Amino acid sequence: MSKILPLTGDHAASESMRQINPDVVAAYPITPATEIVMSFSQIVANGLADTEMVPVESEHSAMSACVGASASGVRTMTATSSQGLALMWEVLYIAAGMRLPIIMHCVNRALSAPINIHGDHSDGMGARDTGWIQIYCENAQEVYEMGIFAVRVAEHKDIMLPVMVNQDGFITSHAIEGVKMFEDADVKKFVGEYVPNMPLLDVKNPVTFGPIDLQDYYFEHKFQQAQAMRDSKKRIVELFAEFNKFSGKKYELVEQYKMEDAEIAILALSSTCGTTRVVVNELREKGIKAGMIKIRVFRPFPMDEVAAACKNLKALAVLDRADTCSGEGGAVFGDVCTAIYNLNEKKVPAINYVYGLGGRDIDEAQIKNIFNELVDIAKTGQVKTVLNYSGVRI
Amino acid sequence: MKKQITEIRFHGRGGQGAKTAADLLAQTALEAGKHIQSFPEYGPERAGAPMRSYVRISDEVIDLHCGVSNPDIVAVIDPTLLSINPPVTEGVGKEGILLVNTNEKPEDIRKKLNFKDGTVYTVDATKIAYEETGLPLPNTAMLGAIIKATGIITIDHLKDQLTKKLGKKLSPEKMAGNIKAITKAYDTAVKG
Repeated sequence: MSKILPLTGDHAASESMRQINPDVVAAYPITPATEIVMSFSQIVANGLADTEMVPVESEHSAMSACVGASASGVRTMTATSSQGLALMWEVLYIAAGMRLPIIMHCVNRALSAPINIHGDHSDGMGARDTGWIQIYCENAQEVYEMGIFAVRVAEHKDIMLPVMVNQDGFITSHAIEGVKMFEDADVKKFVGEYVPNMPLLDVKNPVTFGPIDLQDYYFEHKFQQAQAMRDSKKRIVELFAEFNKFSGKKYELVEQYKMEDAEIAILALSSTCGTTRVVVNELREKGIKAGMIKIRVFRPFPMDEVAAACKNLKALAVLDRADTCSGEGGAVFGDVCTAIYNLNEKKVPAINYVYGLGGRDIDEAQIKNIFNELVDIAKTGQVKTVLNYSGVRI
Repeated sequence: MKKQITEIRFHGRGGQGAKTAADLLAQTALEAGKHIQSFPEYGPERAGAPMRSYVRISDEVIDLHCGVSNPDIVAVIDPTLLSINPPVTEGVGKEGILLVNTNEKPEDIRKKLNFKDGTVYTVDATKIAYEETGLPLPNTAMLGAIIKATGIITIDHLKDQLTKKLGKKLSPEKMAGNIKAITKAYDTAVKG
């Protein structure tokens, strides 16, 4: 019998790390990811994982150490948040460009200034173009499961890209929920032994990582990297099929809730999807054909799946928990509009809501208000304002 | 859909164990086969500052990930918080339960807070804790009173969970004291 343990999102992450038993973890603690680093250090100290734990002096060093370890040919993981991810910046691109299958738990938190420790997607969204695969989790159970799944994605021989597993700071990371665990042996079997392709420490077959690459070949290598991200989508779908068989779950790139006959829908990421699901149920009881679209894998962007989900809608709202400060709202909205514009004959009227910055709570009332506006748009076909803000004093 | 979930809000001050109490309650319910959430409201964490902690318990999967604004039960661990604004009764409906750690009577608390509907329970949890454990930490005693007021978990389940969770931290005497405090609070909580 598999156990159900009371775990926070952070502890769900470190429990998955214990079962994966990576070779190297290099990390620097930062709120709200601190408890991942803290509890995993305890796991190692207690002899429950034989990981080489590298406590470093900064996140820049953490990611640099991860790059070195991963290039040497071992399974490597880390965890961070907010300013920590920001300090890793240049090395994030290096990890992806060198095609290193590093796995990172990113506990999404607002970026300074003003200083704030609470949950929003500013950090993760800012890293959306670094070449990392990004998975966004709704609750602690998903953090646990996607943490395990990410290993197979990163290390797939046709992918070989780093993976960021995101969860909402405090909302998920510091809330205790029941998490159904897999047996240690089953996880070990599912993730398998890591067999590196061209490890740096294979001295009989010497290779070079990260040499200078100018006008003659840089472009080709970048094209290959981008192509790997494009191709990864198909592989992730195959891996989901395998994971679903393993776990009994129904994971997909994009989750659709009551979308079969939906006329209006909210598209969101992470914990907000749960609250939205509750509101969809309430609206359905009143006969309103509402639905919810949850993007689980944000990078690679599931363009076809998002476009298909929006095909028959009369109105759509895209929720962004980060503002790009482009003057035109959030990053998710831009990508979703690209999908609809390129792939759908009928362009559904779509609006953007920026919400929840710095951990501002998003409750059922706010989500109901957004659905109410969608009801109006569906009726009239008229969009008043494309970019909106929910839950802010203006 | 929502009313299948029992939502509880704890009011305490940093250091009084409101988070520990909330976690214990949720974990006990989890062991009894329920779905749970337990999350504190993190502000500037410091000893003595007012803080809230939330618990959701349900037979169904809990999808909500927002704060609790209409609690079924409010547990006030520190009576000095009865004068805070917004009041501890904020968002409590007609069926709501207000449980206060105080030596006053339920009628007096009802008057003081102008709390007309709903049920009021009082228990002198700090005194019980002091007598049974030697420490003025009323959180475990409050759980005994919550069980009396709601029956949401059983006292035996709570005792098991307390032993499991704090058994290594507390001496056998302290553990026995805490368990006595729970029982005494259960027995002496007054409804009004």
